[in-house]
Amino acid sequence: MTLPRTPSQTVGPYYAIGLTRRPQNELAGRGDPGAVRLIGQLIDGAGTPISDGMIEIWDAAGRRWGRSGTDADGRFSFVVTKPAPLPGQAPRFDVFVFARGLLRHELTRIYFPDEAEANVRDPVLSSLAEADRQTLVAVQEDGAMRFDIRMQGDRATVFFAH
Amino acid sequence: MAEPDESPIVLPDDPSFGPEVQVDYPGYRSTRWRAPKRPLVTLPEEFHALEGPVYGHELIEEFDHDLTRQHEGEPLGERIVVTGRVLDEDGRPIRNTLVEIWQANAAGRYRHVVDQHPAPLDPNFTGAGRCLTDDEGRYRFVTIKPGSYPWGNHENAWRPMHIHFSLFGHEFTRRLVTQMYFPGDPLFEFDPIFHSVRDPKSRELLIARFDLETTQPEWALGYQWDVVLGRGGSGTTPMENS
Repeated sequence: MTLPRTPSQTVGPYYAIGLTRRPQNELAGRGDPGAVRLIGQLIDGAGTPISDGMIEIWDAAGRRWGRSGTDADGRFSFVVTKPAPLPGQAPRFDVFVFARGLLRHELTRIYFPDEAEANVRDPVLSSLAEADRQTLVAVQEDGAMRFDIRMQGDRATVFFAH
Repeated sequence: MAEPDESPIVLPDDPSFGPEVQVDYPGYRSTRWRAPKRPLVTLPEEFHALEGPVYGHELIEEFDHDLTRQHEGEPLGERIVVTGRVLDEDGRPIRNTLVEIWQANAAGRYRHVVDQHPAPLDPNFTGAGRCLTDDEGRYRFVTIKPGSYPWGNHENAWRPMHIHFSLFGHEFTRRLVTQMYFPGDPLFEFDPIFHSVRDPKSRELLIARFDLETTQPEWALGYQWDVVLGRGGSGTTPMENS
């Protein structure tokens, strides 16, 4: 017997009531060795920041999870240390994107700019065209890691089936 | 984005979608600039077996599951019990997994700065709950029935009554955020979010069942709603949203 799965529906504009009232965006202590801010902007296909989005990140190797809402400028932020790599893969976070207008959450990944060698060998990252690959690698910016997420357009972030 | 939009609010049924939403459903206008337009990239099968986050009981406070007891007084509205089981696609219970809900109050107003619907806030109602499932995969909330409310999607647009649900499961790709609806709502036929599930049988999966057994005499009406969390990967992979 296989049961049909329950369909998805949008998180809507008011998710903060239920999901982000308590801060859950620090996966590492601010004073931990290697702790860094992971920041970014969630942007729609018209170039407008998405101010009612929510980002969840998961470090499968270290079993650390967090989530951040986006602010009026579409910005989200976390405190993280770099995850350990899973065998044969480059270090990364698995990422879900939620927002009004997304009837189902979207799946993407954050890779690290200082892991060039591991990134080249990563089976998923290396299977993508260069322009697409770049959408999944964060950039260093003023001592923080920056990862913008573009839902649509020429530089749209790569999203994965799930 | 004040362009004229001639898309019909509700498209005809299409059972070929099965339990998947049409992510670019045109009647729900916010999808236009937000739903990805390129095909989704397929990940190796083993990714979908990756374990997801686990929560402990220490995260749950005494009245997190009872939205009628989180303030000095009781909220206005029709008191209800909402309960059901969280299952995998083989019907096995998903135990000890976090279920989070949020909703409008009885007047159809959310306690959120963006919600400017001129209906009253209720000082005794926040509209947020959380609990962990038990050994049978069961969750249980006590709350009040949420009101319908207008939204700006189209002329005279009103949402059917609903409670938002967020669920995890034990594998990362079982994650689900959805909405539970109430039986017999006259607004179903006009709601593009509900109809983004194009298969009518699958839409039924979003509607709770009134249950006299769950109903507590002289106290609260009872609703049952089971949730099936499917794993990503072969066999259950959604259609690509090209």
